[in-house]
Amino acid sequence: MSTISREEVAHLARLARLEVTDDELDAFAGQLDVILESMKTLAEVNTDGVQPTSHAVPLVNVFREDQPQPSLPRDAVLAGAPDTAEDRFRVPRILDEEA
Amino acid sequence: MSRIIDKTAAELAADIREGRLTSVEVTTAFLDRIDAVDGTLNAFLHVDREGALATAAEVDAAVAAGQELGPLAGVPIAVKDVVVTKGLPTTAASKMLEGWIPPYDATITERLKAAKMPILGKTNMDEFAMGSSTEYSAFGKTLNPWDNGRIPGGSGGGSASAVAAKMAPLAIGTDTGGSIRQPGAVTGTFGAKPTYGSNSRYGLIAFSSSLDTPGPVSRNALDGALLHEVISGYDPRDSTAIDAPVPPVVAAAKAGATGDLSGVKLGIVKEFAEGTDAAEPGVIAAYEAGVEQLVKLGAEIVEVSCPSFTYALPTYYLIAPSEASSNLARYDGVRYGLRSGDDGERGLEEVMSLTREAGFGPEVKRRIILGTYALSAGYVDAFYGKAQLVRTLIKQDFEKAFEQVDAIISPTTPFIAFKFGERTGDPYQMYLADLYTIPTNLYGGPGVSVPVGLSEGMPVGLQVMGPVMGDDITYRVAAALESTQETLLADTAPEIEGK
Amino acid sequence: MTQQIDGSQARRSGLNDYDKAVETYEPVLGLETHIELDTRTKMFCGCSTTFGAEPNTQTCPVCLALPGALPVANKAAIEATIKIGLALNCHIAEWTRFARKNYFYPDMPKNFQTSQYEEPLCENGYVDVVVDGKEYRVEIERVHLEEDTGKTLHVGGATGRIHGATESLVDYNRAGIPLVEIVTKPVPGTGALAPEVAKAYTAELRDIVRSLGVSDVRMEQGSLRCDVNLSLNLPGEEWGTRTETKNVNSLRSVERAVRYEVRRQSALLDAGERIFQETRHFQETTGETRAGRSKEEATDYRYFPEPDLAVMEPSREWVEELRATLPELPRKRRERLQAEWSLGDKEMQSVVNADAVDLIQATVDAGTTPSGAVKWWLGELSRRANESGEELAALAITPKQVAELQGMVDDGRLNDKLARQVIDGVLAGEGDPADVAAKRGLEVVSDTGALEVAVEEAIAANPAVADKIRGGTHAAAGVLIGAVMKATKGQADAGTVRKIILDKLS
Ligand SMILES: [Mg+2]
Ligand SMILES: [Zn+2]
Repeated sequence: MSTISREEVAHLARLARLEVTDDELDAFAGQLDVILESMKTLAEVNTDGVQPTSHAVPLVNVFREDQPQPSLPRDAVLAGAPDTAEDRFRVPRILDEEA
Repeated sequence: MSRIIDKTAAELAADIREGRLTSVEVTTAFLDRIDAVDGTLNAFLHVDREGALATAAEVDAAVAAGQELGPLAGVPIAVKDVVVTKGLPTTAASKMLEGWIPPYDATITERLKAAKMPILGKTNMDEFAMGSSTEYSAFGKTLNPWDNGRIPGGSGGGSASAVAAKMAPLAIGTDTGGSIRQPGAVTGTFGAKPTYGSNSRYGLIAFSSSLDTPGPVSRNALDGALLHEVISGYDPRDSTAIDAPVPPVVAAAKAGATGDLSGVKLGIVKEFAEGTDAAEPGVIAAYEAGVEQLVKLGAEIVEVSCPSFTYALPTYYLIAPSEASSNLARYDGVRYGLRSGDDGERGLEEVMSLTREAGFGPEVKRRIILGTYALSAGYVDAFYGKAQLVRTLIKQDFEKAFEQVDAIISPTTPFIAFKFGERTGDPYQMYLADLYTIPTNLYGGPGVSVPVGLSEGMPVGLQVMGPVMGDDITYRVAAALESTQETLLADTAPEIEGK
Repeated sequence: MTQQIDGSQARRSGLNDYDKAVETYEPVLGLETHIELDTRTKMFCGCSTTFGAEPNTQTCPVCLALPGALPVANKAAIEATIKIGLALNCHIAEWTRFARKNYFYPDMPKNFQTSQYEEPLCENGYVDVVVDGKEYRVEIERVHLEEDTGKTLHVGGATGRIHGATESLVDYNRAGIPLVEIVTKPVPGTGALAPEVAKAYTAELRDIVRSLGVSDVRMEQGSLRCDVNLSLNLPGEEWGTRTETKNVNSLRSVERAVRYEVRRQSALLDAGERIFQETRHFQETTGETRAGRSKEEATDYRYFPEPDLAVMEPSREWVEELRATLPELPRKRRERLQAEWSLGDKEMQSVVNADAVDLIQATVDAGTTPSGAVKWWLGELSRRANESGEELAALAITPKQVAELQGMVDDGRLNDKLARQVIDGVLAGEGDPADVAAKRGLEVVSDTGALEVAVEEAIAANPAVADKIRGGTHAAAGVLIGAVMKATKGQADAGTVRKIILDKLS
């Protein structure tokens, strides 16, 4: 029996914009325990006074000068789009939320 | 060994430069080999015969005109389909990106083009580089040339299979938790994960941003080193790139090939040795025979303790899915790629969800859900944050070890290529494939896998791990090990039945 | 039209009278302001930021979030943010980093916004504003840097609004433009003046940012956008639940939004209902706020540190170098101008309240006296702006035109009455004051011959008055002046007419 409920998985799927089937809900609910187990294992590790590591070499202040570079030609921008209109990306109507 | 495809990249480059072969001849030979055997192996998702031959012809013209050429000019290469190539389909082996033609080149692609290396095509992989068997490609699995019933490793199974089967002398891979080294080990090829940040990630379809590293796949260390120097170096378009000279890996590979490792101290991780029950006896035997060879070459073996390596797998499984869930949010059917379920009635949110349901395979979905969970309300400190702290401990273990030794060695993978379907049922069994490779990704240092022998007739790899920006030592040790072998393991692979 | 649940609730409970509401409840304000920087390029890529370009022509792999693209932070944007932080008396972080704010929206290409979370670039500052002669300190919680979204066009609905639209069209030119977010701490203690304090703070913030030269802060182009937080509580009790009203995009709207929420919330509280912590949207046309996304779903942004960017450690040397470049800030400048213009505190406060400092200075710079400039902007022009519900600066008259107008008055070519008619013409787009005066024939009659005839006629028509003047009652001249002005349709100069009358009758 998994510790994470189907409802919780359904909520995660909605956050991640994944339309999941009932079978997937069950499967994922069980597999999320991998994460919980990982967390439990790491919780035992003493990390007091330890600084986080995000990259191999600690990099700081990596900046770019404010110099314009060419943008892509618009044809190339829109070429891969599933749907376009008026030189813009067309999407279905947006429900439930107010812009 | 008279065939063009049996030659190493270094030999081919010299033959082209010195006029013994044309790049068109060489490129054609590999394209013909792809035609002959890839129907069986399915290592390529896309082959660009025309484009490759056009580059080859340019090289031949340049040679004829007496122009100076780069060290690998005219030598063809296969590129993992996670690297963006302008004008060539790039899918990351996902239905989500089927048919997408990028309008730009990855930095690595630019460097291959500048080096005048004909791009043969794009290689198969686990979808979005998530997997250890290439069984999670949306476009069919790739077979291991050594045994067609077995996996070629993953995620870069296509690149490894292509090089092992001599469809390409060189390939580009990417390594997040072992995706270059583990396929290398199970296909009898050489693969290197360079120091994180020494190779640009710009144009690399992101899986886990703080771990992804592109690198070379080849038949031996010298070829790998030549390619390493072509693709490496600072890139201002990648904020995590290291602005420092590329370690002299070609010179190191040449030094290693002399077979002298005197004065080199190699570390063996105590905690790996204690956990050998995770590894197959045949793998351990082949690896230990390799260690003996290294000792014969003059290397000193020192046991080092890296207690935090025990936490590498759980650390990885908190960091990688977290970053992946966010990196893969952009695939929403708005700007490029698949859109599914847009019937004119449904709202955007539903269409996005249907698109992502249709476009992503099971392993990608699983990791997105895992990552979403790990990042969701209230958990980020306990999960991602904690994992970043443990990462520091792992890094400190490496740093302490490298005060004692020049490099650390281990088996690359606990088991030989497993049979298709054997581990897909239980994700954790699949994740174990990366047991030995993951610590290096978390640390950020370099790691290579070099063939060390056979177990049950299947290749076994030995991993050499180095300190950050110490890539050269890993090549030196790998080349030294190769020097003890009569022929390259890749040259002993069984012949492949065409289809 | 979708009926918003608590829109109807508000209607049922109605709106309270504002004055009554603030007699009962104490408002607590909070303001979140987003300001687009005017760097040449976007926050994380080299695309140009020019306003008004053709759709999707200022986009690249990075700001379209194509697979594989990576961000690199714009140094100028970081410097601009530090300058804003310094001008707002903030502490500049020694160690700070970007974070990803994850949520799906089609105008956000990556489906996460690169922003900052627990480690903002600047923290703990303040801005002082004066309202009704009293100073209020608005404390700044944080100033952080993030990126703007694209623009979505809603098609198929009657009004271009999202409701009723059949589809939406997205332009990513704006996506990735650097955006500075400035968040205040809760501001209690403003009482009935909450709307004015909110407005004064926003105006001050705008002026500070503008003085720094890091943004042109054009509210009408959306380069400054406000979210207004407001809660009410009974005196002595804990602070109430706050609402967040989004997209309040003019100074006047800030004031209206606060006023509306005070009236709406107080009505609900009076009726014994509870206030939901929710996002609301300001309606420019009606001045109402309306409920937004369904309030039950708490947003979970899954913030985590951005792995594609390096951390930032602004050195103290760098911060001090930037501090040294700070210009005279608005408050100092106002003190200087008040002295230069010889205005009293009350008068200067009126100028500030009318948002007329820049306008008056530009008018003075165009060659007129401070008193002349103040007279027009605070008088006639403010009255007209009020009438039409516009901001003063939005009136169709420039400081240069106002200077020209006052110049004509100073030269005796216009009197105040004629000048007001000239303003009509300028506002109607008929040209500069001199053109309008010429076209409409509004100049003062300076032809003494014509005036003498008119005076003769006035004397003849009012013999009794003429006798009084002859008798020494000069005050009676007013009647004759009035008659002459009437005869010349107001275009005579009253002083000249008076002189002619007295010459003739003395
Ligand atoms: Mg914000
Ligand atoms: Zn861009």
